[in-house]
Amino acid sequence: MRRYTVDAMVAALSSSEHRRLLAVSLRARERVVRAVFRSGSGHVGAALSQCDALVALYERHLRLDPARLDDPARDRFVLSKGHGGLGLAAVLVERGILTQGQLDSFGESASPIGMHMDHRKVAGIEAATGSLGHGLGIAVGMALGARVQRWSSRVYCLLSDGECYEGSTWEAALCASASKLRSLCAIVDRNRLTMDGWTEREVPLEPLADKWKSFGWRVLACDGHDFAALDECFARAKDDGPAVIIAETVKGKGVSFMENKPEWHYGAIDSAKLDEALASLRAQHDAETRALDARERGAS
Amino acid sequence: MSDSSDQSPSKVRGFTWTVGDHALLSDSDAWGEALVEAGRADPRIVTVTADLGETTRLQAFKRAFAERAINVGIAEQNLVAVAAGLAATGLIPVVCTYATFAVLRAAEFVRTDLGYGQRNVKLIGTLAGVAYGQGGPSHHAAEDLALLRAIPGLVILAPSDGYEMAAALRAAVAHEGPVYLRWGRGTERADPARRDRPFVIGPIEERHPGADVTVLAYGPTVQEAERAARRALSAGVSTRVLAVPTLAPLDRATILRAARETRRLITVEDHSIIGGLGSAVAETVARAGIAVRIAALGHRERFLPMGVPEDLMAIGGFDEDAIYEEILRICRVDPPAPDDDWEDR
Repeated sequence: MRRYTVDAMVAALSSSEHRRLLAVSLRARERVVRAVFRSGSGHVGAALSQCDALVALYERHLRLDPARLDDPARDRFVLSKGHGGLGLAAVLVERGILTQGQLDSFGESASPIGMHMDHRKVAGIEAATGSLGHGLGIAVGMALGARVQRWSSRVYCLLSDGECYEGSTWEAALCASASKLRSLCAIVDRNRLTMDGWTEREVPLEPLADKWKSFGWRVLACDGHDFAALDECFARAKDDGPAVIIAETVKGKGVSFMENKPEWHYGAIDSAKLDEALASLRAQHDAETRALDARERGAS
Repeated sequence: MSDSSDQSPSKVRGFTWTVGDHALLSDSDAWGEALVEAGRADPRIVTVTADLGETTRLQAFKRAFAERAINVGIAEQNLVAVAAGLAATGLIPVVCTYATFAVLRAAEFVRTDLGYGQRNVKLIGTLAGVAYGQGGPSHHAAEDLALLRAIPGLVILAPSDGYEMAAALRAAVAHEGPVYLRWGRGTERADPARRDRPFVIGPIEERHPGADVTVLAYGPTVQEAERAARRALSAGVSTRVLAVPTLAPLDRATILRAARETRRLITVEDHSIIGGLGSAVAETVARAGIAVRIAALGHRERFLPMGVPEDLMAIGGFDEDAIYEEILRICRVDPPAPDDDWEDR
């Protein structure tokens, strides 16, 4: 499998900050698997693949005050892959925008915290999504709205790679570059799996970076689970858009028995599986921390 | 180059009007001017179109407020999504394209992003029904209301002439929430006496008094119904004409009153009889348990051919003649004897 790398890597992320992000990410993933266990089902695979990109964005780059979520000049994030709602909710709890109590109601009938979330019911959600291919156009509208009103807001939009099959995604991509939306940054969660299997075996999307480039976008690409690389991409995307970060990810990342398994796009876990999942998350986190230790020892 | 070529309607107005329509276009410009006035009064108003600004009256706004006029290209799904995003930042997008594309092509975006999202977007579908008859069924819009009426919280307006369109646009902008404005060709003859009437969202307007039968209409069929009602009077039938400029929320009380008082209802619309006003009226009186005779005129389960709108309204059976005949039929009145002594005059 082809892997994208960030050229001219700059270690902007301090060691302590990197470790903090790893810890936030671990807690967010634990919240996801616990919610799936409690509610009986959820889009667990998608939540885990997007997790690190969202942690990097919410913890490091999105200018947002949880106490003033209606500040018109805030940065905005649109979850175009609406089925990542649970994964987003977990990151919002970490950021202090939602409470764990709210997340505990995930999946209950008539709870505002569900599979696909609605801006009218959940403060901190910018658009009701769920149907694929809507979010990028909405984000384009938000970026245009910020420009008309002379705000310095930036707009971020997370797409699944499956959304790159939707024609409306490319309608929006064309419009964004034509409008020279420098404040717009899209992230593609490139986990290479859709419901029916591998994208490249079903209907190939590659060369995906070339497609975005030909639509007039600045293309950045990285390992979507590498915080140093994600941070670098977000920093470089700022005010030089429209830019897209193609984040190469692993569906189900962090839970070894879910990784790269299409059947874990959406699933249920029993208590034995929950224990196994939590142990796996902890083990992966510890391994990543040890790898960071080793890199730093090697560098010093 | 001759003067006549510079002045040709197609050059001045876009390509959807015929020479014969040219004299009527000043009335239809009223809403384009109203939009400019609204834009001057409220800096939140922006326009969004999908390459049809020239033929849909958005050009004057663009000339006045260039940076608030957005063209997304020929991409209707994105048109609606972008409008939702603009509204999310507190702006009031006025979106305009042909009705068939605004509603049918972008249907799920209208439903989810504007309806479910309750975004403060004003979606104008022009050339509704057979207003662009020459374009054929690809450009006819006979299904837009069938789809939109099922969307909760969406206000649906269908003005009947240029002045009412201008007033409806002002009312739509003042209303907080998504609004669909169904507009025709822009050549409906406007009554100057109605120029400054305010538009109130909701109420049905009685255009002609009557006690024997009620005709309910909206858009271009209102004036057809008014003419038919005047003819029917000379045949001895008293016809009430109700204009229904707000399809949602529907003024059910006035419909039920007409049902009780006249016991005969005729709906007439440049739209499918399925899902439009015909359905709405039948549903309303049936649920109220009122026994009435109902006739529904409009597109009847077939695609109309290409043609000029007046011909298609006759072929489809929802023009003045068809309404007149239905009034007599439903009231069981024989048509007056033909006036065959004209040679003696």
